[in-house]
Amino acid sequence: MKEKEIICECGHVNPYGTEVCGSCGKPLVKNDSNELLNMRYEGAARRSQTYNKSIIDKVWNFFSSVKVGITIIVVILIASALGTIFPQELFIPPGQDAATYYAEEHGWAGELYYTLGFHNLYGSWWYMLLITALGISILIASIDRFFPLYKALKNQRVTRHEKFMSRQRIFGRSTVSDQDETMNKAVSLLRKKRYKIFEENGNVLAEKARWARWGPYVNHIGLIIFLVGAMLRFFPGMYVDANMWVREGETVPVPGTSQDYYLENLQFDVELYDEDDERFQGAMQAAPGAEHIETFRTHSILYMPTDESTVGAGRELEAISEQEIEVNSPLYFDNYSVYQLDYKLNELSAMSFDVEDRETGESAGSFTVDLNNPEDYYTLDNGEEVYIYDYFANFIINDAGEPTTENNVPDNPAFIFEMTNEDGEEELTFIRIQRNFEIRDDEDDPHQYAFTFAGIDTNHVTGLKVRKDLTLPFLIAGGSIFLLGLLQGSYWPHRRVWLQRENDGEILIAAHTNKNWESIKKEIRSVTDQTELSEPVDQTDEEYEKEYKEKDNL
Amino acid sequence: MNSLAELSSNLLYIAFFFYFAATVFYILSVTGRQFRNKEGDVKKNRWGTWGYIATVIGVVFAFGYFFTRWAAGGHPPVSNMFEYTAFLAICFSLAFVVINGIYKSNVLGLFTIPVIMLIIAYASVFSTEIAPLVPSLQSNWLAIHVITVALAQGILAVSFGAGLVYLVRTLDLSGKKMTKRTFGIEFIMYTLLTGLAFVILTNVFEATNYEAQFTYVNEQGEDAEKTYNLPAIIGPNEGVLETEDRFSPIFYAPDWIISEDLNTVVWSFGSGFLLYWVIRLIGRNRRISAMLQPLLKGVKPQTVDELSYRAIAIGFPLFALGGLAFAMIYAQIAWTRFWGWDPKEVWALITFFFYAAYLHLRLSRNWIGERSAWLAVIGFAIIMFNLIFVNLVIAGLHSYA
Repeated sequence: MKEKEIICECGHVNPYGTEVCGSCGKPLVKNDSNELLNMRYEGAARRSQTYNKSIIDKVWNFFSSVKVGITIIVVILIASALGTIFPQELFIPPGQDAATYYAEEHGWAGELYYTLGFHNLYGSWWYMLLITALGISILIASIDRFFPLYKALKNQRVTRHEKFMSRQRIFGRSTVSDQDETMNKAVSLLRKKRYKIFEENGNVLAEKARWARWGPYVNHIGLIIFLVGAMLRFFPGMYVDANMWVREGETVPVPGTSQDYYLENLQFDVELYDEDDERFQGAMQAAPGAEHIETFRTHSILYMPTDESTVGAGRELEAISEQEIEVNSPLYFDNYSVYQLDYKLNELSAMSFDVEDRETGESAGSFTVDLNNPEDYYTLDNGEEVYIYDYFANFIINDAGEPTTENNVPDNPAFIFEMTNEDGEEELTFIRIQRNFEIRDDEDDPHQYAFTFAGIDTNHVTGLKVRKDLTLPFLIAGGSIFLLGLLQGSYWPHRRVWLQRENDGEILIAAHTNKNWESIKKEIRSVTDQTELSEPVDQTDEEYEKEYKEKDNL
Repeated sequence: MNSLAELSSNLLYIAFFFYFAATVFYILSVTGRQFRNKEGDVKKNRWGTWGYIATVIGVVFAFGYFFTRWAAGGHPPVSNMFEYTAFLAICFSLAFVVINGIYKSNVLGLFTIPVIMLIIAYASVFSTEIAPLVPSLQSNWLAIHVITVALAQGILAVSFGAGLVYLVRTLDLSGKKMTKRTFGIEFIMYTLLTGLAFVILTNVFEATNYEAQFTYVNEQGEDAEKTYNLPAIIGPNEGVLETEDRFSPIFYAPDWIISEDLNTVVWSFGSGFLLYWVIRLIGRNRRISAMLQPLLKGVKPQTVDELSYRAIAIGFPLFALGGLAFAMIYAQIAWTRFWGWDPKEVWALITFFFYAAYLHLRLSRNWIGERSAWLAVIGFAIIMFNLIFVNLVIAGLHSYA
């Protein structure tokens, strides 16, 4: 059913729901009142205020409501705050089980926090849902308001209904000797203040920065692009986040690049601040013995496999670039960024052993094991061979009481070496740091070959972060549009001044701005000071005086 | 400390002195007018202008401090609690100078400059030594991000000052009965006085080198030691006082509480309470806000309301730029990700959402005047919460103080 249109006395046909005539500004509702006119959206009809029949209408009206929008914002605000009461799961110490950590660390409150799922609040389905609802609200509320407002400002006529004038916050009536001269003078003064002048039947509308009214819609478009960009991350291939640890001298494939790139750590350095640096004496003496790290960096070479080489070990690599990767100065290539994130100094890299022949009392020779890449056997000076029977890079005894390795990082290396003695018997020796025992059949019968620990070599390991984020361009575009829209809407006020001739030689002046009334009053004052026009009043002053005059004089 | 650093801290003292002078002038400007009115003299006094001039000079010296310290340390002085808090106060005063250049409100000066002094005094409780920067802070983005945020928060703080003026001006404070409103406004006064009490206490006991050693049993059930710099009302778990002639605790905290911090909190809130009631009793048991109210005669609420809104309209985009956009760019370079749900990041987002809600309520739901003023106060409370509580209590990447 087509709703009834409203025909104003000026002849303009307004859509159903209009509160202020789009052309002459005559108030169409409560038109006998003298209250200040509500100028929000120029009194234009909005879909959400007009229709409420179908399901679509109802959904539309729900999301177009600013009240609903604000409620969503406030709920997100409170939820976000809840997430900072205890650390989120991603901040608890690595290796800790969240199920027990929160209860142990924060008691019953922690347990409740975990049970409610607040330990992973920002990734929870309902937080995502709230953000989505906010996005929908922004979109619908903007569409609901933008088009009526745009039309209203485009259709506005210069000549306004008297009621429209007198119900503006700033309004004045002046008797002048010469209407033409006063009008012309006022127009040229307003023009100098960069107002755009529209004239009709000798009446004037001076307007500036109407475009500032589009600011909110521009910034909302930016926000929607930003939110869509953030959602794209969940599509495969858009996002890579991987850690890599590279020992000095090592070349490893860059994780997340499907072995298209390799990185070599030539050298890793940590630099400390000079303890004698005059600038920082006070701070350094306050914390004696503390290390003040100035920077850490990896001298790296990036490689690509040559076209001919196939995937697998021993690929032929071609150096692409050599660069220092440092905190705040990542390595960028092909949408990837490699960041300096962490390091581990002096990780064990090699261990040396001496072997003595107890029969002769002489040295049988020495050998060195590369802890990250041990050989199967080593040949001693006397020609005998030492086999590695078993190797545990990071030795532990597991729950079953068996020796095993926690991982392949040589933090606590342990070996079982095997040698064959002159009698053809196999001798096993277990060695790790500060432990050395021979696995003997008979306690009192020592092996022929005695192992002693001769020394270690260490190496620095660099901790790098590999990232690829193809959503960034969307976020940058959305963020920039948002900020520009915010700037446009916040830093420029939309101002309008109406000058209207009356038959009896009077001139009416009215003004409206969407913000900063003191400033528009100042502008008008400078116009009225230089013309015959009397300064219009700020009708809120009357309210104020009514309310406070008596109180202040008490 | 080298000579440039010494010059720098002297400049801050001078700035503080000018802020103090400005406060005195602003007090004279509001009280002075009344006297003249009684004599039937309509000419306004000039003290407000002097207050404004003193503030401007204070700001100039404060920036003198800022740039000399920058030169002395070789990095922008916004890298720890002292530096950031002091700079926030400086930006607050700068924002006041700019916005009050338009509105010329002496009462706003009367309400904001003392808060600015309080924030500077609070900053100086923390270590003022120039410390070397950790690697992630060594970036031009540090200056760009933090300075923008401080400017934005300084501007937003002006809206708090104006909101406070609005509330004291318009609320009905005469009734004996406590209402939500009178409680709210008095709570703001009490909170400010608690801040003052904290600053005075820490400085007095530091000047007298007060130290009390305790042995106690810590969370792991081991024997440990700690030092109190304020007399212990609340002692550590099973604490034994080791220093002679020191105040012996009345209560003992359980092991999971950082007892010396709780002790400081108890001291501050307690002395704040005392201070509040002393002032109130001197004023013949009137509410502090009611004592201030007569000074605000002639202030047009609509103008203060507009000022408060204008500060937010200027500060909000700037906060979005510095606190979110620049922050994300910086975090992407230094911490490998633009967003990581670090508590400080979350609270910056909460600040952003809060002021966004303010703007929508104001522009679309007609929350102007009193409601808008309460929101401006709460917004500032969120900013201070993010500065103090999130940095010092909730651990995260930003807690470098």
